[in-house]
Amino acid sequence: MLCQCGEREATIHEVVIKAGRKVERHLCEVCARQAGMDVGTPATPVVAKVTVVQGPTCDACGTSISEFRHTGLLGCPACYRRFETQLTPLLERAHEGGTHHVGKVPLRLLQSMSGTPAGESLLGDAVERAARLGLLRQQLEEAVHAEQYERAAMIRDEIAKAADSHSGGPEPKP
Amino acid sequence: MSAGRGGEIPFHEANTEWLRATGQACDVVLSSRVRLARNLAGFPFMPKASRADRRQILDVCRRRVVEIPTQERIAWVDLHTASTEQRTILVERHLISKQHARGKLNSGQGGIEEPRGVAIAQQSEQLAIMVNEEDHLRIQSLRCGLSLTEALKLANEIDDALERSLDYAFDRRFGYLTACPTNVGTGIRFSVMLHLPGLRLRNELEKVKRAAAAMSLAVRGFYGEGSNAVGDLYQISNQTTLGKSEQMLLHELQNEIIPQVIEYERASRRMLVTRGGPVLRDRVHRALGILTHARLLAAEEAMDLLSTLRLGIVLGLVEGVPERIAHALLLLVQPGHLQRATGRPMDQEHRRGARADLVRAALAPYRT
Repeated sequence: MLCQCGEREATIHEVVIKAGRKVERHLCEVCARQAGMDVGTPATPVVAKVTVVQGPTCDACGTSISEFRHTGLLGCPACYRRFETQLTPLLERAHEGGTHHVGKVPLRLLQSMSGTPAGESLLGDAVERAARLGLLRQQLEEAVHAEQYERAAMIRDEIAKAADSHSGGPEPKP
Repeated sequence: MSAGRGGEIPFHEANTEWLRATGQACDVVLSSRVRLARNLAGFPFMPKASRADRRQILDVCRRRVVEIPTQERIAWVDLHTASTEQRTILVERHLISKQHARGKLNSGQGGIEEPRGVAIAQQSEQLAIMVNEEDHLRIQSLRCGLSLTEALKLANEIDDALERSLDYAFDRRFGYLTACPTNVGTGIRFSVMLHLPGLRLRNELEKVKRAAAAMSLAVRGFYGEGSNAVGDLYQISNQTTLGKSEQMLLHELQNEIIPQVIEYERASRRMLVTRGGPVLRDRVHRALGILTHARLLAAEEAMDLLSTLRLGIVLGLVEGVPERIAHALLLLVQPGHLQRATGRPMDQEHRRGARADLVRAALAPYRT
């Protein structure tokens, strides 16, 4: 069988079964490498691989949740929203309960979004803001309780920033 | 400049920032490091990037990186064409990770020929920007002593300069998006390299490790993830990157945790001197004796002896040997540097001989 390039014999055969659909690829080693496929080593080349993809899959890059669970790595920026439900508990465990970003924001993004109604707040929509503020307040309480006042002041600054970046209006009650 | 294509990497031994032996708390803290993980919008992360994607990411990043207005010259090294020795030297100087040298992701994907590179501030070695490691960009800034604030300042300047012409993958909820969700959010890792012989000799290291784990900090060996603690050198770093700002993470490490470890180590050293003075003095001088007389030295053995010697120098138990010599040797006894110094490829046995020769020669002026 010829590879899709039409030049060389296809030596690497991949079958992916996803949501009951079968997708086949038959490639030569050069094209397989180009496509980022695992071609193995010269001693043990991968000649046939059948993958059954289970669970949700990212439309943008094809990464499945089972693949992520296996490698620990996501495939593209879109994976974060696609797997949001599955990622949330994992993020909480990995980041001391943290689920929303606090801190630096790309400068150009900040400039392009400030003052525009669509921008709302770089820190997300109302739900995301409430989640973030709730988290910060909890951290503040812990810091005060532990008499870590310098840290508490820092968290207070972050709360002020989060409230400021929202275009007008008092911050919502948590 | 194009050190990547067969040329020598133009580094000067004295320039390694992490061995400068100056800076705040430098009796315990060797260096402070800040690493920012960034990815370009519109490209898949490394695990899903094709060879063509990787090449394009490398081209775009390299062009932007060498254009950054910095005070010093930025050297670029193409790692897929660099020699094994060049890659080893970069790892030993802490300018690239072992993973980046191999071109392999932790998941096992990739290989030595994958398009990837590193930009290095050539004179000071305070800055290294890895392209196509686990993330498209890893900006790393290094300072001697306890100086995370300064290291963060430089990393941020480079990040801001790059962001003017590069679109980063950023999400309002998740922050800077990274291939591994354990880095998402700020994408920042603060890391402090500590010399803890006192705690090791007093068997107190486990306590530090347990306390660090309880505070969500990682304690790693000399070469980071998965490496052993040779020469009593440990790296302590944050693991949390989401839900706390850069400033909060910096504060926790620099003002709350590291000072405690420093005090703990200093107290252990004092205790060793007051309660076991002769034993410690004997140990230090035995180390010096072996270093100045051995004919064969393995890398780990040399590192451990140099660690003990450094402890002796810092505590004033050894006179005449400058600290910078002990520091320079910590680097020069590494296989890659040793190979370069002798100018010929060697097997392990020959390396042990060459290592002992080099150490004896360096310490000869200080033999008593």
